Amino acid sequence: MNLPRFLLFFWIAIILGGLSPAFADLGADTNKLSLKSTKTKILAIERLVASGDDQAVAILQAFLVGNLFVHTLDKTPVIGRPSPEGYHIKSAVNGRDLGTVKKTALKKIRINNKLRKIVRGALGGLTLLSPDRDLRLNAAKSVFKSHDVLVIVLLEKAILRETDDHVLAAMKRSLAAVQATNSTQTAVRLSAIEQLAAYTDQDVRTVIAEIVGKEQTSEAVDPVNPVRIAAEKALSGIEARLKIWGYVASIFQGLSLGSVLLLAAMGLAITFGVMGVINMAHGEMVMLGAYTTYLVQDLFKIHLAAYFDWSILLAIPAAFVVAGATGVIIERSVIRFLYGRPLETLLATWGLSLMLQQLVRSLFGPTNQEVVNPSWMSGAVEITGGLTLTYNRIWIIVFAILVLALVTFLIKKTSFGLRMRAVTQNRAMASSMGIRTGWVDAMTFGLGSGIAGMAGVALSQIDNVSPNLGQAYIIDSFMVVVFGGVGNLWGTVVGALSLGIVNKFLEPLSGAVLAKILILIAVILFIQKRPRGLFALKGRAMEG
Amino acid sequence: MNKEFAGPLTALITASRGATITVGLLLIVAFLVPVANLLVPETSVFHVPNYAVSLLGKYLCFALLAMSVDLIWGFCGILSLGHGAFFALGGYAMGMYLMRQIGDRGVYGNAHMPDFMVFLDWHQLPWYWYGFESFAFAILMVAVVPGALAFVFGWLAFRARVTGVYFSIISQAMTFALLLAFFRNDMGFGGNNGLTDFKEILGFDLKSNVVRATLFFCSALSVLAGYLLCRFIVTSKFGRLLVAVRDAENRTRFLGYRVEYYKLLVFTVSAVLAGIAGSLYVPQVGIINPGEFSPANSIEIVIWVAVGGRGYLHGAILGAVVVNYAKTYFTGALPEVWLFMLGGLFIATTLFLPQGIVGLMAKIKKPVFVTKTPKAALTLGVGD
Repeated sequence: MNLPRFLLFFWIAIILGGLSPAFADLGADTNKLSLKSTKTKILAIERLVASGDDQAVAILQAFLVGNLFVHTLDKTPVIGRPSPEGYHIKSAVNGRDLGTVKKTALKKIRINNKLRKIVRGALGGLTLLSPDRDLRLNAAKSVFKSHDVLVIVLLEKAILRETDDHVLAAMKRSLAAVQATNSTQTAVRLSAIEQLAAYTDQDVRTVIAEIVGKEQTSEAVDPVNPVRIAAEKALSGIEARLKIWGYVASIFQGLSLGSVLLLAAMGLAITFGVMGVINMAHGEMVMLGAYTTYLVQDLFKIHLAAYFDWSILLAIPAAFVVAGATGVIIERSVIRFLYGRPLETLLATWGLSLMLQQLVRSLFGPTNQEVVNPSWMSGAVEITGGLTLTYNRIWIIVFAILVLALVTFLIKKTSFGLRMRAVTQNRAMASSMGIRTGWVDAMTFGLGSGIAGMAGVALSQIDNVSPNLGQAYIIDSFMVVVFGGVGNLWGTVVGALSLGIVNKFLEPLSGAVLAKILILIAVILFIQKRPRGLFALKGRAMEG
Repeated sequence: MNKEFAGPLTALITASRGATITVGLLLIVAFLVPVANLLVPETSVFHVPNYAVSLLGKYLCFALLAMSVDLIWGFCGILSLGHGAFFALGGYAMGMYLMRQIGDRGVYGNAHMPDFMVFLDWHQLPWYWYGFESFAFAILMVAVVPGALAFVFGWLAFRARVTGVYFSIISQAMTFALLLAFFRNDMGFGGNNGLTDFKEILGFDLKSNVVRATLFFCSALSVLAGYLLCRFIVTSKFGRLLVAVRDAENRTRFLGYRVEYYKLLVFTVSAVLAGIAGSLYVPQVGIINPGEFSPANSIEIVIWVAVGGRGYLHGAILGAVVVNYAKTYFTGALPEVWLFMLGGLFIATTLFLPQGIVGLMAKIKKPVFVTKTPKAALTLGVGD
């Protein structure tokens, strides 16, 4: 061991304020880990932690994953990694490379679950002083629920040295939590609880609730326990704020579910509204869109791995084209012979949906295909501790709005939209004005199917891509259309969003399944009042 | 009805050739299959093996179910995509009786509660299981439960004038909601696994050949009785009204008929028939689980009717038997192909065989100019 290193140890030992012995012998402590007594082992871990050495971190990490060994010849601890010839080992004490040895030359130092937990906590404390910002941040978060008094000292030292605001905030939060739980001085606990009361998140709530619980049992000793009173006050404040954020979260989740429903139902509303065709294969168009996403991602993986994150942008038009083309083919080959016979159309399209499902099952297998979230869609943004919004949900809401805007533009502002509306309102008149109604039908059906395909791209990001994907959403989409009424996109929007939000508000009260059942019953009862939906066409158009 | 002296029953049977053949065939099958199973020695070519008796019995239950759908779809234009729900409810009612018959011979040996409740750590039989130890009560429930659900659902739907595809979608949602509900363990119907491991019916071992043959015989007689009932309905004045509703609902209403009452009545009768079919199905297959509520099952019933020919009643029986035989054969021999075939069947029937097999046979037999009539009537009926 060289001199500067020794000095460093000495310095750390001093800043740790006498908690550790003046000099920690890493080798001896590590060897103690292989002894029988758990008590000795824990003591050894504590001494390793107190050493504050980088090498101690390496030793504990190796211990945790089972890479820590004792060399059978000289009884020195080594860290080994499996290699083709046996094990590549390094000295545990100073990290020196010791070459490769046979497996038989090593004896593993075993770990059990109890120790694993202690080591994890200890590692958290140690990395508080790491030069790496992210490691410090993680450490600051991981010691939050620690019951180790040692952590308080470590945190206090770390806070003094910390320069990064974000890490500092996390450390202060953890410090307050550990102090509130473990400190022996009432004044320290009270000020810590006061600090914690300002936070709004689930973890802080748990910590405070634990304190309340613990203090309530010791009430007999002290009837006016200031810690308990402060903790109860803090708890009620946090819970009230959490509740409000809970509502916000429910609305957000409802909006996101509503957006999914909207994407799935929009195409259905178009085909049903314009053509009076119930397309039972609509769900399978969604599924085709999801599988197209999978294929596009696969192609990117092989040919354009560098641009993988942007594969989804190509998947959107690809899914539109694939599903849309399938829709046009279906319309020209089957549905056009069945106009004016809605029940038969329903049956024929159900047949198509069975065939499409089986086709995909035969081609790709019945199992789920893996579609990866691009990096800019994964992860979450934390508004407060009580509210975390995942990026993929946010993007789906944005995507639904974009698609809605695009479809509205197409229907209201383009020549194709004009023809489509003309055919909806009066097919015979439109035909006699020279509009090729057959062509409009095919294109409309293609448009509806294409939108379903785009919905599939969105669904592939949040759901399993399997041949049954479409089936899961088809009944909900129908409910949206029935609820919102046909021939009016706003009806679909309102229907989708309200069903989504109501669903998410019912879920915590009644469970997901019961929420769905209640909504189905509600829709059935709703059509008592408005048999043709919320935004029904009135007058002659209704008879169409 | 020129043979009024022969009584209404004979009139029903002899009024059309289709009816005579159907009744005759059902009677022959009802007696022949049990006899060929029980009395003909196994070595004989005329012996019907046990598995075939169960299989044919199953087909007959499906035939009754298909007929109940034909009664409302073929004659009243109500396309229910939730009829499987009534079938399953009838089945559950019978299943509950059979569960109570197990008594203390279950795995946990609890005489007061079915195994799955003991497993869920329940201490008391839920109130809705009371009475199911009595066969008569169970049989009553087989009719009452689906009938009551159909009555309430139909009342809500028909009163609000929910028609056409709207009704189809709503009925599909109904069976879907029931599917989700019955999957829940705390509903008290066995959750995911449903009701199974039955031992006896009325004290007779369900696995014995005689009981199997008897159940088959009962199924055949039920199909026969159901057929006669449906024929009675559709040939009566009430039946004519139903057809009027099918072809021009608004006109019928303007003529002063309360259309919703007629629809409600026929819908309820049809649901009861479906429930009876379910109650015969369960002891023969030995299990009832929430899968029977799946919307896909219900829509498959409709294709049986469409393949056989809608609006003939015996077409539904034929369709149910033919499609289910094909299903049994192909899911065994070429499982990959079956869904393609079923899907193709949906498309081909609607595109090329709007009148089904029975309609096709009628078309082949009759001279060309007569066949124009049903076709013209069909287009007229749809109207705009």
